Amino acid sequence: MSFSQKTEFRPLLRFQTPVRETAAGQQPALVTPPAAPRIELHTSRISKYLDGIFRYSLLICSFSVIAVMALFFFELTSRSKLSIARFGFGFFTGNTWDPVSGDFGAMPFIYGTLVSSLVALVLAVPLAVGVAVFVTELCPRHLRGIVSFTVELLAAIPSVIYGLWGIFVLAPLLRNYVQPWLAKYFGWTDIFSGPAYGIGMLAAGIILAIMIIPIIASITREVLVAVPQSQREAVLALGATRWEMVRVAVLRNARVGIMGGIILGLGRALGETMAVTMLIGNRPEVAKSLFAPGYTMASVIANEFSEATDDLYLSALVEIGLVLLIVTVIVNACARLLIWSITRGQAARNNA
Amino acid sequence: MPSASRPLGIRRRLANFCFIGLSGVAAILVLAPLGAIFGYLVYKGIGSLNWAFLTNTPRPVGEAGGGMANAIVGSTMILGIASCIGIPLGIGAGVYMAEFGRGRYVNIVRFTADVLNGVPSIVVGIAVYALVVLPQQHFSALSGGVALGIMMIPTVARTTEEMLRMVPNTIREAALGLGIPQWRATLQVTLRTASKGVITGIMLAFARVAGETAPLLFTAFGNQFWNLNPNQPTAALPIQIFAYAISPFDEWHRQAWAGALILIVLIVVAVAAVRVVTSRGTMQGNA
Repeated sequence: MSFSQKTEFRPLLRFQTPVRETAAGQQPALVTPPAAPRIELHTSRISKYLDGIFRYSLLICSFSVIAVMALFFFELTSRSKLSIARFGFGFFTGNTWDPVSGDFGAMPFIYGTLVSSLVALVLAVPLAVGVAVFVTELCPRHLRGIVSFTVELLAAIPSVIYGLWGIFVLAPLLRNYVQPWLAKYFGWTDIFSGPAYGIGMLAAGIILAIMIIPIIASITREVLVAVPQSQREAVLALGATRWEMVRVAVLRNARVGIMGGIILGLGRALGETMAVTMLIGNRPEVAKSLFAPGYTMASVIANEFSEATDDLYLSALVEIGLVLLIVTVIVNACARLLIWSITRGQAARNNA
Repeated sequence: MPSASRPLGIRRRLANFCFIGLSGVAAILVLAPLGAIFGYLVYKGIGSLNWAFLTNTPRPVGEAGGGMANAIVGSTMILGIASCIGIPLGIGAGVYMAEFGRGRYVNIVRFTADVLNGVPSIVVGIAVYALVVLPQQHFSALSGGVALGIMMIPTVARTTEEMLRMVPNTIREAALGLGIPQWRATLQVTLRTASKGVITGIMLAFARVAGETAPLLFTAFGNQFWNLNPNQPTAALPIQIFAYAISPFDEWHRQAWAGALILIVLIVVAVAAVRVVTSRGTMQGNA
């Protein structure tokens, strides 16, 4: 039984040199493998082809991600050509949205999207960071799993159910209690003035805040966990209190990652459709007060896309979608780069 | 050492106290809406849930009874199509990134997947409308399934990749050392070792798309009648909830709550199942 036959292993095991050396005849008596498995290995030529097929089909799967992205850009650009050619840059500054006379300006929608997202961020960021700090630094161990699971559940509730709840619970609550109170004490700022409908920018902002808290909180938790334990111990050993430890050792180290989480939340808020459509009031105008109804880019598409009859109308709506796509891609890319720079590309997802 | 035994300054103690209090309050404020939503959903939903709701199709306004049976079946069909598209492509992409992943190409795929995950669902809806509905000239369950399937790919791919990376290299080497070809080693040994984590990713992706409404508005479109043909406009639970919620009729509002309850039960069961699977298994997350 010579060892030259054994080098049939080569395609499978890349390191053949040690085998050769033994084969040169140092202790041939010791290594006499049974013949049976070898026969199977000899027939493995087909499996070489299968390996190739396997590899290429996986390559196609992974390429599908890039292909989908490219197709999105291509389709949206080509379908919005008509509107781009007709309105040019004036599309973004135009204030009128009149499908009947074919005059389209997206300003009210851009304004509504930005304001509702901003309100959402102002409300969500402190709460989300607070929850993340609570879970990683303060919470007793047995409560940790429960709290983070509950926050996870918040992320699993569909947008349309948030909207349903918003219409029947949040909006009446705002109309009857919160808005009169705000108008009474902060009415002079102009931001909280005008008739209290319940639904409007404020309601949309609040529901968006509830929806993006889980995203910001879970990313923040990941980055907080990534802060080395030794940093915390070092600061505590200097005699710091809990708060000083969190401020100096944890938040300062994690600030880039938290920023990433916030931007990711912003990306979600910008594109959120259903809950906002149900709560913002859907009126295309630029109003200063948060009580006033507004309209967002996503909700105008949701409401009018299937009713758009002529080509220009459809094309204008697709252009809004294209803008939304470009903005969210940029926002998400920035967020991912920030988060990757902290966690080195791997997410600590399941730690409770 | 005298300084060590000195009591903390009142200011530092107060700041610390405020900090602990505030982050506790933040936790409560975040959990409160969840309690409120679930409580109200169960309270409103249970009352309107009955056998007719689960077996009948929608009735015209004013007629009592009627249900969402066609929407439940339609949702199942759309989600089935979505799973057939999203799960294989997602797992394939994830396996490629983890097992053959070196160099710039894989980094680009990973990054694109993360960015794709953040693309608003309504934009996915428009794109699929342009890609599938326009050439076909009609709305269909198939196009809805394509839209949701595309949305599943990035989540499934990224979790699969992360979970495969946690499989120790010794297991791969052991499999290859037995002389089995690489495709079998990957599918039957590496992927199987990580299967719990991969299933988690699939269920999370499923739970996410199960409640998606926006991309279905102009792909599956909705339907008031029975339809089992995947090439026709099909009712879906989220669309039906949306349509009923913004309608002015009390009876329809009640049905919207019942539909929402069914939808949320479906999703919570999926998420809880994930939790059970992952907490029992060995594939806990790192750190």
